[in-house]
Amino acid sequence: MIEIGKTPVRVNTSDEQFLRLVQSRYAGFLSEGGAAEFDLDVDLRAPSGMERDAPVRVTQSAGRWFLERGDFRAEWEPAKRRGSIRQTANPYSIDAVLRIVHTLVLAGQGGFLLHSASAIRNGKAFLFAGVSGAGKTTISRLAPPDATLLTDEISYVRKLDAGYMAYGTPFTGELAKLGENAVAPVDTLYLLAQGAENRIEPVSVADAGRELLANMLFFAEDPEYVHRAFQAACDFVHRVPVCRLTFVPDARVWELIG
Amino acid sequence: MYVARSPRIAARMLGEEMLVMSGHDSTLFTLNPTATILWQAADGSTPLNEIVEQRICSEFEVKPEDAMRDAEELAEDLAKHGILLIAEQPISTQPISKLAAATQEPVEAKR
Repeated sequence: MIEIGKTPVRVNTSDEQFLRLVQSRYAGFLSEGGAAEFDLDVDLRAPSGMERDAPVRVTQSAGRWFLERGDFRAEWEPAKRRGSIRQTANPYSIDAVLRIVHTLVLAGQGGFLLHSASAIRNGKAFLFAGVSGAGKTTISRLAPPDATLLTDEISYVRKLDAGYMAYGTPFTGELAKLGENAVAPVDTLYLLAQGAENRIEPVSVADAGRELLANMLFFAEDPEYVHRAFQAACDFVHRVPVCRLTFVPDARVWELIG
Repeated sequence: MYVARSPRIAARMLGEEMLVMSGHDSTLFTLNPTATILWQAADGSTPLNEIVEQRICSEFEVKPEDAMRDAEELAEDLAKHGILLIAEQPISTQPISKLAAATQEPVEAKR
């Protein structure tokens, strides 16, 4: 089972080679035994009738989600806790399906996946959000030895009774290094900007909401899903401090964090 | 003319600003103060001229005829983006879900 954010997904395939590929791809995020949150049956055939470069499309009908891109076609039925994916034997298609399914699961719980690096320091999780080039990889690379890197690319945020928790993910960016499978309460969301000096500035709650929404992973063209994701972002910025972190790309920036 | 908030959008007051997101394509809009007043008052049963008279003219120093003309343009613009519904008769809308119903009304930010 691939377990990300304490959500175990059992991947069913009869292809030993593909199984080994999945085990290698998600090393550190595998679990055995116990109940799966849902099962994902993999059919290793190229999806038919699809343009190879077709963009991702996620729709819902009668309680079933339909996920498709040029390289895969998948279905997921939350009530039956089961999904299926048709793809060739590559790690990228199942990775995309997992990202999409997790965004849908999280939206129902007030959480989200976020384009951000994240790390744990002194028992607290810090998120570093920004578009490509904002510095996610840089700040991850500069992390001191006492910081646990959760991801350099996609953060996993769940809303629990105790507050928001950040989990490590295997979704990698330029570092191509899996995050640690660890969890900690979210302390601060930093909006990254590179500049001539290191400084932290407050941002308005409206700016925080706008930037969080701009960096959240959105896939579905479904009004109810959009509602949930939107409210999740608004709730988050009401409860978690959001600041702008302008930094010079050297290790001293971490003196401000933790 | 009657105006109603579209049930296919999500909206929330964050601080002093009203953020609105299209449920269709997740486009995000930030409403200006006048649009926010119009949005909040757009219950589908109050005529636009009443909204202008009671909510906009009382808030801003503006002639009623100018305010009405601007409000009609604004309403049409918001309608083009799918944020508002416009009709010559009162409008009845159903929220997408219980969740949408619970979150349709803006809430004050606490931060």
